Amino acid sequence: MLHFDLTLDLREFTFTARGDVPDGVTVVEGPSGAGKTTLLRLIAGLVRPKAGTVILNGRTLTDTAENVIVPPDRRNVAILFQEYALFPHLDVSANVAYGLRARNVPREERAARVTRELERFDMATLAHARVTELSGGQRQRVALARALIIEPAALLLDEPLAALDVATRSRVRGELAAQLHQVNVPTLFVSHDPSARNLFPGPAFHIERGTLTQLL
Amino acid sequence: MAVVVAAALLVAFIVVPLAGLFFHIEPGDLIAALQTGAARDALRLSIITTFCSLAITLLLGTPLAYILDRAEFPGRSFVDAVVDLPIVVPPAVAGLALLLAFGRNGTLGPLLGKVGIQLSFTTVAVIMAQTFVASPFYVRGARAGFAAVDRTLEAASATLGMGPLRTFAFITVPLAAPALIAGAVLSWARALGEFGATIMFAGNLQGVSQTLPLAVYLNLESGNLPVAVALSVILILFSLVVVLAVHVTSARRSL
Repeated sequence: MLHFDLTLDLREFTFTARGDVPDGVTVVEGPSGAGKTTLLRLIAGLVRPKAGTVILNGRTLTDTAENVIVPPDRRNVAILFQEYALFPHLDVSANVAYGLRARNVPREERAARVTRELERFDMATLAHARVTELSGGQRQRVALARALIIEPAALLLDEPLAALDVATRSRVRGELAAQLHQVNVPTLFVSHDPSARNLFPGPAFHIERGTLTQLL
Repeated sequence: MAVVVAAALLVAFIVVPLAGLFFHIEPGDLIAALQTGAARDALRLSIITTFCSLAITLLLGTPLAYILDRAEFPGRSFVDAVVDLPIVVPPAVAGLALLLAFGRNGTLGPLLGKVGIQLSFTTVAVIMAQTFVASPFYVRGARAGFAAVDRTLEAASATLGMGPLRTFAFITVPLAAPALIAGAVLSWARALGEFGATIMFAGNLQGVSQTLPLAVYLNLESGNLPVAVALSVILILFSLVVVLAVHVTSARRSL
């Protein structure tokens, strides 16, 4: 369970969001500029709120009243960034291995786990490809593999389909949904496209001008 | 047509004197001149001092460039301007300033003297003069390199569990590497050619402070033209390598 209750002054409006995210996918939909990315960045600890709390599975990650702000590298909250943010100087397997390297996983175990993860995403033949040579759909799979291999306590997806062309999008969204249905941690799926809710019929939020409201 | 003539004139003006130096000396004389004690001392001293000043510049200039790009603090633009000053201050003025600050009778001289340190007219003074005039070239380049790194990649690194230092080492530095290298090469070349500040603050003593440019000057003054030309040819060759290296790295960056 992920609980958050956050406020932040932005240039055009005050951001206020309060909600509970159970295990599985929760969609956050709203127009661009509504504060969707800000919500994810606040939960991941990349942005400091003016006031509020983030509690993940009972662990306090943010509590401004107690002056607790766990830095992003110690939250175990993975983000799938909108443009995927793959490291351009590392190959596919080094990108996927990155979080294991951060956790000082020994080299051999790292290699074995990366191989397994790449096979799961049907990317084994691309292990040593440069990420700049991949298609949009392949990039997204690398980014997702990189995020899931660290077994995050929560997963945040920022418009995971927006960087894809229309033809790729319809194929990838099915694949992505299948992958995410296997993920059993609180997962926020941010999209400006309301039809995302058809993919994930669970709980959902709507956000508009920085104000989050629960749907259903 | 006039445009082409103007362009060609400037190119010729740069190339002809430099290339002309090579015709002032036979290959045999070049080698003989380079085997004189003064030439070898100057070459050795230049290599040692420029690598020391480069090391200091990298060690102190990298954090400075990073802070100037990323940190918000009062007086940042002032610090930014100060760092650039040595690029425009005449080297002789820089040398005088260093002498009046660190020389035996300078502001800090008595203090340094008490702990038995004398800086002026030593090899350390050469390194200080080089660092003073050359480090801004690295800081400029490194700063631009850090500014060009996509912050989202650093954020991705953090959320994957890398702390700030390791993110800097594994993401920021590799991505800024072409700019860091180009800045370092330019800065090293500036240090290699340093003359004015060195002669004011470190003097012109063979084996102690007589670097290649100073040796060129001394040998010309004392009528030993072949050695002056030989050392100049060496400096030109170094410069050529530097210019080519910078062009290659910046071309790769724009790909």
